[in-house]
Amino acid sequence: MSNKAFAAVAFVVALALAVASQLITNEYFFTAGYTVLLFVILATAWNILGGYTGYVNFGSAAFFAIGAYTTVALYNAFKAPLAVMIVSGTLVAGLAGLGLGYLTLRLRGVFFAIASLALAVVLYVFVVNWDFVGGARGAYILQPREVPFGMPRYIHLIYSVQLLMAALALVVARATERSTLGRGLAAIRDDELAAECSGVPTLRLKIFSAMMSCALMGMAGTTFPYYLSYVEPSSAFSLSYAVNSIAMPLIGGMMSWIGPLIGAVLLGTVQQLVQVTVSSAWNLLIVGALLVLFVTLAPNGIMGWVEARRRRKEH
Amino acid sequence: MAEALLEVRGVTKRFGGFTALEKVDFLVRPGERVGLIGPNGSGKSTLVNCIAGTLRNEEGSIRFEGRDIGGHPAHRRTRLGLARSFQIPKPFGSMTVLDNLCVPLLYAARTHEELARSRIVEEATHILEQVGLADRARAMSGGLTQVDMRKLELARAMAAKPKLLISDEAMAGLSASEVDDVLALLSGLKEQGVAVIMIEHVMRAVMKFSERIAVLVAGRKIADGDPQSVVGNAEVVRAYLGE
Repeated sequence: MSNKAFAAVAFVVALALAVASQLITNEYFFTAGYTVLLFVILATAWNILGGYTGYVNFGSAAFFAIGAYTTVALYNAFKAPLAVMIVSGTLVAGLAGLGLGYLTLRLRGVFFAIASLALAVVLYVFVVNWDFVGGARGAYILQPREVPFGMPRYIHLIYSVQLLMAALALVVARATERSTLGRGLAAIRDDELAAECSGVPTLRLKIFSAMMSCALMGMAGTTFPYYLSYVEPSSAFSLSYAVNSIAMPLIGGMMSWIGPLIGAVLLGTVQQLVQVTVSSAWNLLIVGALLVLFVTLAPNGIMGWVEARRRRKEH
Repeated sequence: MAEALLEVRGVTKRFGGFTALEKVDFLVRPGERVGLIGPNGSGKSTLVNCIAGTLRNEEGSIRFEGRDIGGHPAHRRTRLGLARSFQIPKPFGSMTVLDNLCVPLLYAARTHEELARSRIVEEATHILEQVGLADRARAMSGGLTQVDMRKLELARAMAAKPKLLISDEAMAGLSASEVDDVLALLSGLKEQGVAVIMIEHVMRAVMKFSERIAVLVAGRKIADGDPQSVVGNAEVVRAYLGE
């Protein structure tokens, strides 16, 4: 399927789901749905740098929080419209990814991973001490009284926007994977020196892929303050974002755009079910157990396992 | 004398206190076949790395087609037409053999040669046929045998459509008939006007292939000339066999 056809399908499906969701009145559906979609975006974004290019980002929470706090800052400054917040949060997170990439991706190896972890800590401290966005107390974001497009409640809008953003993330990831850029990134992941000697401008591609990945993570965060109406640093910088955005692609498969989608839907849904039936405290434990299981039994994730089976059948 | 394609002048490379290359001059003319030999640790691979841009030389200049490329990163040198194969094969393991060739075809060959995107696969297949890997085109490159990996190394360097190809010990571990295959392949490049620097320990191959041989010993070039006179050179004999 061509990129355009896939984009058309993705957005039509997202729109259809958004329209259908207008009929749902159960509040919990949106809580669960929003969270799963959030993870679809985060996992897909993480995979652009982590899966396609082979550079691990431990700081997903930082870029997510950049998106969330851009919204808070713009809300406090002049109650900017949602669209402005989404675009701004995406850009700011992208710039942060560009900066971090420029500083650390010149060196091969773990430097980017360590720096991304450090960035999360530094930004956390920065936000805790920044009064304008509420500091450690957190900030309240009031959902507008008037909901556009005749939707029943504001959560319907946030959920629909999240659906469209997830579709966008998938379209971007899939197009990247199949482009010349995607081939270059895969070459970097497999052997950076050989890639460079094959004419691939490795530094430029790595930085670009970091920027794209981080921008999408920021985008995922922009709607977060409206979803809860309240943001505080420890929830925006939660470990769960960093862990899940690594675990989901790993479990789904990191070689293609569909892996993170499968991983996020699967793991996200399981977490929601456990949260309701058992306790939310179990969430990270489940992720940990599944990770161990997959790393030992299917190191290339679900898609990797399927692909290997298909190949075996052919021969 | 034709103008030099590659001109290395006074190149020095140090690793800490160790001088791996000392004021090495080295010249390759367009379409020329040059053998580069020397005992282990003599600086052959370091010289190749400096030429290809994967290492930076501290002193001296490297010019390609008259242009100073000393400051260029490796990918720009490849794009200008200077490709290399690696001594230890470095395949793109998650890709098929065919896709391995698509990378340099997309990123290097197209920057200095007309090559429509639609013809990339056709071109890659053609190169695989030349090196005798056509039947492995759809196989994952990570699972190839050592011999096939060496062929893939060479094929991938060729896919960059270079004017100068540096083959770093492409024949180590190959059988006699495979050595002949690779030799025929490298010799065929001459017809396409591609100059080749061959680094090799298989002396039979070097002697047969080279129009000129340069000898490096302990980071210095001690001989450079036609094959017969070089192997007759007393200093070369001493370096290889001891006194």
